[in-house]
Amino acid sequence: MIATVARRPINGPLPLLLLVLALAWISLVIGAPLATVLVQAFSKGVGPFFDAFKDPDALAAVRLTLIVAAITVPLNAVFGLAAAWSIAKFNFKGKALLLAIIDLPLSMSPVVSGLVWVLLFGASGWFAPWLEASGVKIVFALPGIVLGTVLVTLPLIARELIPLMSAQGADEELAAATLGAGGWTTFFKITLPNVRWALLHGVLLCNARAMGEFGAVSVLSGHIRGLTETLPLHVEAVYNEYDFVGAFACASLLAGLAVVTLVAKTILERADQMAAKQGSAA
Amino acid sequence: MTLVVDGVCKQFGRFPALNNVSLEVRDGEFLTLLGPSGSGKTTLLRVLAGLDRPDRGSVFLNGVDFLRLSARERRVGLVFQQYALFRHMTVAKNIAFGLDVRPARTRPSRDAIKARVSELLTLAHIDGLGARYPAQLSGGQRQRVAVARALAFEPQLLLLDEPFGALDTKVRKELRGELRRIHDETGVTTILVTHDQEEAMALADRVVLMNRGRIEQVGTPHELDDTPATPFVFEFLGECNRLPCEVSNGVARFEGFAAPVIGYGQSRGLGTVRGQALFRPADTCLDAGAAGDGLPVRVVQIGGRGAIRTLECLALSGHRLFAELPEHLALRFEVGQRVRLTARRVIVEPGRETDAKAHVDHQPARSVAV
Repeated sequence: MIATVARRPINGPLPLLLLVLALAWISLVIGAPLATVLVQAFSKGVGPFFDAFKDPDALAAVRLTLIVAAITVPLNAVFGLAAAWSIAKFNFKGKALLLAIIDLPLSMSPVVSGLVWVLLFGASGWFAPWLEASGVKIVFALPGIVLGTVLVTLPLIARELIPLMSAQGADEELAAATLGAGGWTTFFKITLPNVRWALLHGVLLCNARAMGEFGAVSVLSGHIRGLTETLPLHVEAVYNEYDFVGAFACASLLAGLAVVTLVAKTILERADQMAAKQGSAA
Repeated sequence: MTLVVDGVCKQFGRFPALNNVSLEVRDGEFLTLLGPSGSGKTTLLRVLAGLDRPDRGSVFLNGVDFLRLSARERRVGLVFQQYALFRHMTVAKNIAFGLDVRPARTRPSRDAIKARVSELLTLAHIDGLGARYPAQLSGGQRQRVAVARALAFEPQLLLLDEPFGALDTKVRKELRGELRRIHDETGVTTILVTHDQEEAMALADRVVLMNRGRIEQVGTPHELDDTPATPFVFEFLGECNRLPCEVSNGVARFEGFAAPVIGYGQSRGLGTVRGQALFRPADTCLDAGAAGDGLPVRVVQIGGRGAIRTLECLALSGHRLFAELPEHLALRFEVGQRVRLTARRVIVEPGRETDAKAHVDHQPARSVAV
């Protein structure tokens, strides 16, 4: 646990210099942009700030962003649990490969994560004839945006769960089985409670990323105002039209999401530490 | 009620963990599976619990084919090496788990479960700990909870996998007695896995000694001590001296003395055989007199304390031999003294005689603590 690490008080010029440097860097690259967002958003007063959200396109963008997150997060939560469970509790061939594939989206540019779906489902993609025949629209529509977001956020929940579940091992599940518990009972009474904080943590990160994703979504959305633009895309579009207040008002929403995520993350980490104290080495 | 294991084989890759194991366990018996690591004892336990499937063989409990039941259907209480307590549940919830997860039809009422839990808390001598979480307990207390949890749903069998492995010596001994008491009070057929021969011998009605996936011998602790079936059994159960010998007609002949061979029956009629004799330091006698039988040796060290002393002796051939003597006898000897050594009884490993030269730097497998 972090709290048990011994720390020395700052003395001498070098540590002080390093500290000042670190603080200056953080304020420059994080603090200043965040402040700019707020200053710009309110540059013409409170009224224009709220006017930005009366724009139906802005509202549509917020709605679409929420829908995408509402689909993506549960999908990746289920996938993350399933993947972590099979990797942590069983031995099978191709386990290392599965682990590597889960990590792949992290090392891949989001633009590529978007393009692969265009190659598969786009107008000249592999499945284009079949899609055209059945009238299903994937690229430049909600399904495409969701697919891109799912791919980009795929590792976030699984990676929170895998180390924890591996460390916990399968003994508790086996014990539950010998005591007569079935598969689902074991899952809901033993496995899930044991990883609940890590799962919430992963859901939080996944949600933040899903709402903020730009690259993959930009490739897949088609930029149809009021229809296929998520909040990040909307910010860019409005900014490009020199509506700075509108752009920064919407950007402040995304920045607000980041702050809420940070606070929730801190609370979860505290809860997690308490749970670790309660449950360690059991 | 009997548990019958017949011809069970289990292979992990190319490693045979169980090799044609057959065993019968009586109702209410306390059995220990003893053996070095890799002997298959834990695998056998996992086969009984339903966590591993054997490749061949059968397991029947009261005529019911156990291998056709899953772990959850067997009603077998298993205590894990690391206890595997449910970390997010209180002790009481842990103990109640086996009853809580029953389907509504067969689940006891909430009050009945509560009563059963408090009954088990009392049985395991952990009253008052019901509201704690596993992390708030000592190792010994966790072990008691694990036993209580495994007993709560009235299992047909109680299995324990090295249950005292993670505990210090004092707590081990205390819990050992507690486990025997709980077994005697509940009468549940109990099988315990251990690599500690002292623990196995102290606890069990019968001991199953395993080696390389096979059963070497099954018997009461007394039988194993008195009539070891194989040199392995003899060597595993205690410290031994090793000395080359020549055997004929149940008598092992050494340089200067002879001794009767235990379990000679199996090798009767083979004529004269050369081999390695094994004998306990406690069966080793020393004589300082001028004349008589015995291998000439020199006392090089006198160790130990209390009623039994250990004398380390060196033969001219380079063999290092240990003798355990009562204090009053040990006091007659001193370091450097030349004496004659004899053995009361030996067990013989045929055909593994090594020449004396090779033996100089060969320490006994389990050397006596001095």
